Amino acid sequence: MDPWTLANAVVSGLLIGLVYGLSALGLSVIFGVIRIVNFAHGEIMVVGMFFALLMFRWLGLDPLLSVPLAAAAMFGFGYVLQLIVVSRVSHLPEHMQFLLLAAIAIMIVSALLLVFGPDAQGVHVGYAWDSVAFGELIVDYPKMFAAVAAIVVAALLLAFFKYTTTGKAIRACADNRMGAQVVGLNVGQLYALTFGIGAACLGAAGAIILLLFEVHPYLAPGYTLLAFVIVIVGGLGSLFGALVGGILIGVSEALAAVLFQPSMKSAFSFALLILVLLLRPQGLLGKAVR
Amino acid sequence: MILSVSALNLFYGDAQALDDVSLEVDAGDIVAVVGSNGAGKSSLIRTIAGIERPRSGRIVYKGVDIAGWPSHRVCNLGIGQVAEGRQIFAGLTVRENLEVGAYLERGRRDSAETMERVFSLFPILRERAEQSAGTLSGGEQQMLAIGRCLLGRPELIMFDEPSLGLAPAIVQEVFRIVERLNAEGTPIILVEQNVAVSLRMASRAYVLENGRIVLSGRGEELLRDDRVREAYLGL
Repeated sequence: MDPWTLANAVVSGLLIGLVYGLSALGLSVIFGVIRIVNFAHGEIMVVGMFFALLMFRWLGLDPLLSVPLAAAAMFGFGYVLQLIVVSRVSHLPEHMQFLLLAAIAIMIVSALLLVFGPDAQGVHVGYAWDSVAFGELIVDYPKMFAAVAAIVVAALLLAFFKYTTTGKAIRACADNRMGAQVVGLNVGQLYALTFGIGAACLGAAGAIILLLFEVHPYLAPGYTLLAFVIVIVGGLGSLFGALVGGILIGVSEALAAVLFQPSMKSAFSFALLILVLLLRPQGLLGKAVR
Repeated sequence: MILSVSALNLFYGDAQALDDVSLEVDAGDIVAVVGSNGAGKSSLIRTIAGIERPRSGRIVYKGVDIAGWPSHRVCNLGIGQVAEGRQIFAGLTVRENLEVGAYLERGRRDSAETMERVFSLFPILRERAEQSAGTLSGGEQQMLAIGRCLLGRPELIMFDEPSLGLAPAIVQEVFRIVERLNAEGTPIILVEQNVAVSLRMASRAYVLENGRIVLSGRGEELLRDDRVREAYLGL
């Protein structure tokens, strides 16, 4: 095989993988702090995609410019969802939480079908076919811009957790819930904030990915599954691990497509997942189970 | 009167953890609460702190009945707590632990000053400020738990088993700090397994058995009481 073809696939996979990673960050943040697995993950992301689609149609807004708006909208959605719905099941066994979030996921898909119908719809930006070439290595503008946007949002998120007082308080809740109550943190409100932040990542990832793919409601379960694979590969609860996992999955999918055929993409991702579970069950950057 | 607890009842499901408990804290007091394991000492502290919701009873702090208030509101009113098992944030740095202690509105005011005060009270925390708190020794973690509590600028501090699991030399140090904070004007509620020491320090003391107060009085009085000597001091 021509090495340039391989290099092109790797770079393209890496760029898309960063967007996957941002989406997986949303799952990781929510699980890492609230210990709830968000089974409506892909659905919230697809809502973000439709949001950006509407912004494009109504205001002619480039999906990348919709990123802050989609993030803000999904933040509000996630905040309210945690505060008035999900918080009520947090003391119940995990399968009960699963039922609730799976139900929310189905409701979101049905609502999207009612409003937008089942057909794939996308945006067309002026630079859709532009690219920059480094020798034989050709990088599409949309993919490049999408990756840069994903890096910016992920960096903002990591900085929020590292440097802001609220970010530290959220990490404190995740670290020791009892300790958080002892110092008088309002755990319920911080949890709502966390779900909001996780959903905001999805809103941002959705808007970004609309630049690359068309959207339809049935995309959602696939994105949920993809994010699960990524966080398990990267390490559940590790934010940096989610990004690394995203890149790995993105690259492995791209390689599968050029080395075998595009329909082998998922097989490669799951093979990677099984390998990680066999050799390093806590994930590449995860900590061993306490 | 700073704090007055009256007829407090707490249940975990059907099990009664606190049975008609009443307790008073005056300005300048060190109030000791002693009792065996499972007597309800920690439940009492957690209920005052707003972590547990009492079924009935009043908790009046500076004239306001705070029974049933959530813990963040109770903390913001100035009731601080150094919890059993220290409950520090092991994955955060020492400095971050202290910053989170100042998260509430009350602590945010002058937090830089309070941080300086805590660092001068516990120089070891300044030395280890950027280290993750989980790497500290047990004694250092207890200092951190106390420092973190102080950053909330409490006007009443509840200590739950502060000497548990610490080396004797460190235990002495912890008690010295408790007395020093009290001497600086902070009333204290002290729950301790170390009955002799806590009764000696206490201006007022309560003996809790099966969720009920069975005995109360001045610390030295209880120290001389035959029942206390027999049950808790092994004399």
